[in-house]
Amino acid sequence: MPSVTRLLDAPAMARTLSGMAGAIVERCGTEGLVLVGIQRRGVELANRLAKLIERSQDVSIPLGKLDITLYRDDLSAIGPRPRVGETSLPGEIAGASVVLVDDVLYTGRTVRAALDELADFGRPKRISLCVLIDRGGRELPIQADVVGQQVKTGPGERVEVQVDELDGRDQVDLVR
Amino acid sequence: MTISLGKDLIGLEHMTPEQIRLILDTAEPFKEVSERPIKKVPALRGKTIVNLFFEASTRTRISFEFAEKRLSADTVNVAATGSSVSKGETLVDTARNLEAMRIDMVVIRHGSSGAAGFLGQRIRSNVINAGDGKHEHPTQALLDLLTIRDKHGKIEGLKVCLVGDVLHSRVARSNIWGLTKLGAHVGVCGPHTLMPRGIEELGVTFFPRIEEAIEWADVLNVLRLQLERMEKGFIPSLREYYRVWGVTPERLERSPRPITIMHPGPMNRGVEIDSRVADGPHSVILDQVTNGVAVRMAVLYLLAGGRPELADAAKRGGAE
Repeated sequence: MPSVTRLLDAPAMARTLSGMAGAIVERCGTEGLVLVGIQRRGVELANRLAKLIERSQDVSIPLGKLDITLYRDDLSAIGPRPRVGETSLPGEIAGASVVLVDDVLYTGRTVRAALDELADFGRPKRISLCVLIDRGGRELPIQADVVGQQVKTGPGERVEVQVDELDGRDQVDLVR
Repeated sequence: MTISLGKDLIGLEHMTPEQIRLILDTAEPFKEVSERPIKKVPALRGKTIVNLFFEASTRTRISFEFAEKRLSADTVNVAATGSSVSKGETLVDTARNLEAMRIDMVVIRHGSSGAAGFLGQRIRSNVINAGDGKHEHPTQALLDLLTIRDKHGKIEGLKVCLVGDVLHSRVARSNIWGLTKLGAHVGVCGPHTLMPRGIEELGVTFFPRIEEAIEWADVLNVLRLQLERMEKGFIPSLREYYRVWGVTPERLERSPRPITIMHPGPMNRGVEIDSRVADGPHSVILDQVTNGVAVRMAVLYLLAGGRPELADAAKRGGAE
């Protein structure tokens, strides 16, 4: 039986996201700010963060989504082909202040792929990384700028993020 | 369970509806790649693909080549004329020699029905059929299916009629397999001399007159009339063909609903299709061309799958 530890429940997740939204504004301002979610759950989190920023700052934040499957470094090694999701960026990203949003930061390979993919769309003024959970275990020199919660984990463990839009509830579990 | 396509794409006849849907769904995100400022993703980096064309082709070859290049594969084109093929080398020898140069995939067009399947059984590389004789042209049918799905939001329950030279058409055969597997009603319409005997056994309805087909159909897929058919006596003359079978605005006006017009190209304007129809508001002929690149990218991506032993190693390494 796997053991499950609740890292965040719905109210805690709401508080965490609200703190992250504030940290994004503090770091990047809202001028030229674009939030880009990494498929899948990063997209929903980016939506939420954008709404929070729009409400507190009374601005409109352009949103994008990125599917990094075709940029994975293990694409020729994995078995059946993973499904490719939608990629759409809001207009021109050259000169923008892009914030990449993902649910969990682990090895850093997803972020590496996302940076390569973004570079093929243009040259943003700055790219920052914002994640709900940083679980350590990096295999590349990549760090997040805005982190919801840090968790120490081992290789046999899994961080499961659920969001209301896709899973019907907001919570984050550590599964051993 | 994950769906896989296997090693080769030879035809739609032996594919499951789930496999066909997997290709169509995978093609969706690839459409967007062709709209990017840099129309290239690294998915097939390091893969070598040979386009082996024993028959002339412009559109299909270019479409495959764009698909390959936009996935970052390295490509080589081999045409039958001016190569060792014209010196009498057999198909298998040609392919084995290419394979000895460490290629990963072969896209083949050949005049003989069954050539692609024959090759697929004899070489390790993935083989994609780009048209073999009168047998199948699977990527054309897949792009037709994608275009129909885009336009109508579904395929199931639609009435799609193939018009013209069904007898010699691999496009028609692949379309019939794909459409029926996805639940469309398929009609065929054209001169008796250009209809295969027993076509109804494939589960299609034969319409002896174009007017009846137009009254019935939601979609007309107008097949190219090969001009050499006239010389061989299948039809009396091009002018007569146009008069009796041509898809014209006057005929379409009598339809109770707007009919989506498709053509696999290249068109004979004023023979099987009137220019005003080909360029009309319900024509999706250029959408077919656009979708062709996306569908071929999807097929290449899905077939160029990974090596399972590396996948296991990656899993043991505890990747995300």
